[in-house]
Amino acid sequence: MTNALSGFLAGLGRPVLEFLALIGRITLFAAQAVGHIFRPPFYWREFGQAVMQIGWFSLPVVGMTAIFTGGALALQIYAGGNRFGAEAVVPQIVAIGMARELGPVLGGLMVAARVASSIAAEIGTMKVTEQIDALTTLSTNPMKYLVAPRILAATLTLPVLVAVGDSIGIMGGWLVGVTRLDFNSATYLKNTVDFLQVWDVGSGLVKGAAFGFIVALMGCWHGMNSGRGAQGVGAATKAAVVAASVLILAANYLLTEVFFSA
Amino acid sequence: MIELRNVHKAFGPNKVLNGVDLTIARGESMVIIGGSGTGKSVMLKSVLGLVTPDSGSITLDGQDVTTHERDAFLARFGMLFQGAALFDSMSVWENVAFRLLRGRLKRPKAEAREIAIEKLRRVGLGPQVADLFPAELSGGMQKRVGLARAIAAEPEIIFFDEPTTGLDPIMSGVINELIREIVTEMGATAMTITHDMTSVRSIADKVAMLHGGVVRWTGSVAEMDATSDPYVQQFIHGRADGPIPSVR
Repeated sequence: MTNALSGFLAGLGRPVLEFLALIGRITLFAAQAVGHIFRPPFYWREFGQAVMQIGWFSLPVVGMTAIFTGGALALQIYAGGNRFGAEAVVPQIVAIGMARELGPVLGGLMVAARVASSIAAEIGTMKVTEQIDALTTLSTNPMKYLVAPRILAATLTLPVLVAVGDSIGIMGGWLVGVTRLDFNSATYLKNTVDFLQVWDVGSGLVKGAAFGFIVALMGCWHGMNSGRGAQGVGAATKAAVVAASVLILAANYLLTEVFFSA
Repeated sequence: MIELRNVHKAFGPNKVLNGVDLTIARGESMVIIGGSGTGKSVMLKSVLGLVTPDSGSITLDGQDVTTHERDAFLARFGMLFQGAALFDSMSVWENVAFRLLRGRLKRPKAEAREIAIEKLRRVGLGPQVADLFPAELSGGMQKRVGLARAIAAEPEIIFFDEPTTGLDPIMSGVINELIREIVTEMGATAMTITHDMTSVRSIADKVAMLHGGVVRWTGSVAEMDATSDPYVQQFIHGRADGPIPSVR
């Protein structure tokens, strides 16, 4: 009886302990990576390539996501507002919704899908084919050479992507507002600009930076800890995207709570 | 001189190294033989610090490898990986010149490229290969590029992890000969892991056999042929019957 009970308790406790250990390892990994960002040598070329990969090449997908989201948002707010005669708030709500929530969150999720996966697959393949070991034997620290530039690039470029996404999303709302909902173009834009406050946009950009950090961290962590063979890399890639997405949504709630709770 | 004393390493319940003792003299070409999964790679990676042993000591010229300043320590080494481990995001010459393009050995790009092309020539590859990418090369060529990268910064110690695995017999012969020549002409200390007996005979000054996580036997190639040790005999003659179980 005692055996069965202690077995049951051990079964409960083990995953909890493992989970805590995992959080600890990821935290140490992140701290190490951040440390390498600030200590020379700096690999500018790798940083530049990461900026292109993470930022520049994500522009189309973030832009497409934003424009359709902004458009749909305008339609929904119009329909919802219509129920109590508040159709006129479309520009304001589209603007605040895009800048505070949808710009950073959807941008972050799209980048998670695109970038966390590619980072995890690339680093995972490098690990499986001993390229990471080769880096070390060539006197190059993989944390500094592979991880630090990607984390820095993602943290810096995601706010820019969010800003672009916000603008395109608001433009999507305006487009639908003007062409489908009979808004006056100039009034729509004026209402948007007058209504938005600096912190509406600024908080979204801060969220973007946090999400960028999460995306690159999850990609790098899962890549560096990838299992063997094609299956290992596949599992690492999947885990990176799932973890990045969930963490983005969780972090979004926490940051919103911190920024906007009364 | 590289010395391993009573080195232990386990991965979970799987004990890979069970007290390895091995000495490799300066300028000597040591070949480690042993079946698959006997811990040869783990031993080699322990010396480089890619794997941290659970206990025991590994010293290079009397100094513990774990207390060495990492960069300076690794700068003395070159390594040829089993699958060549070339960086596929870079061209061949950038791979070869990797060490010369960054860090303490950094030099101007043109000069680094020149050295890379010279090293490629040394391993029998023409300058037209320099701007290709690793994925465009055959397995044998990749191995040669890996070899060129290992020797690019004139290391004192070179490690070869199964240098002929996956190559046809002729290409294996070419690689073996190259390794022997390069080690001799550079005066480098070499440690090679292999289970290819042709490699052993063309590369080795001394042979060590790893079995059951310990060095079971060491000696010269001539001694290896003459020894009565049943493990060595079974291994070098590739017999299914003997003290080493064929199902592992």
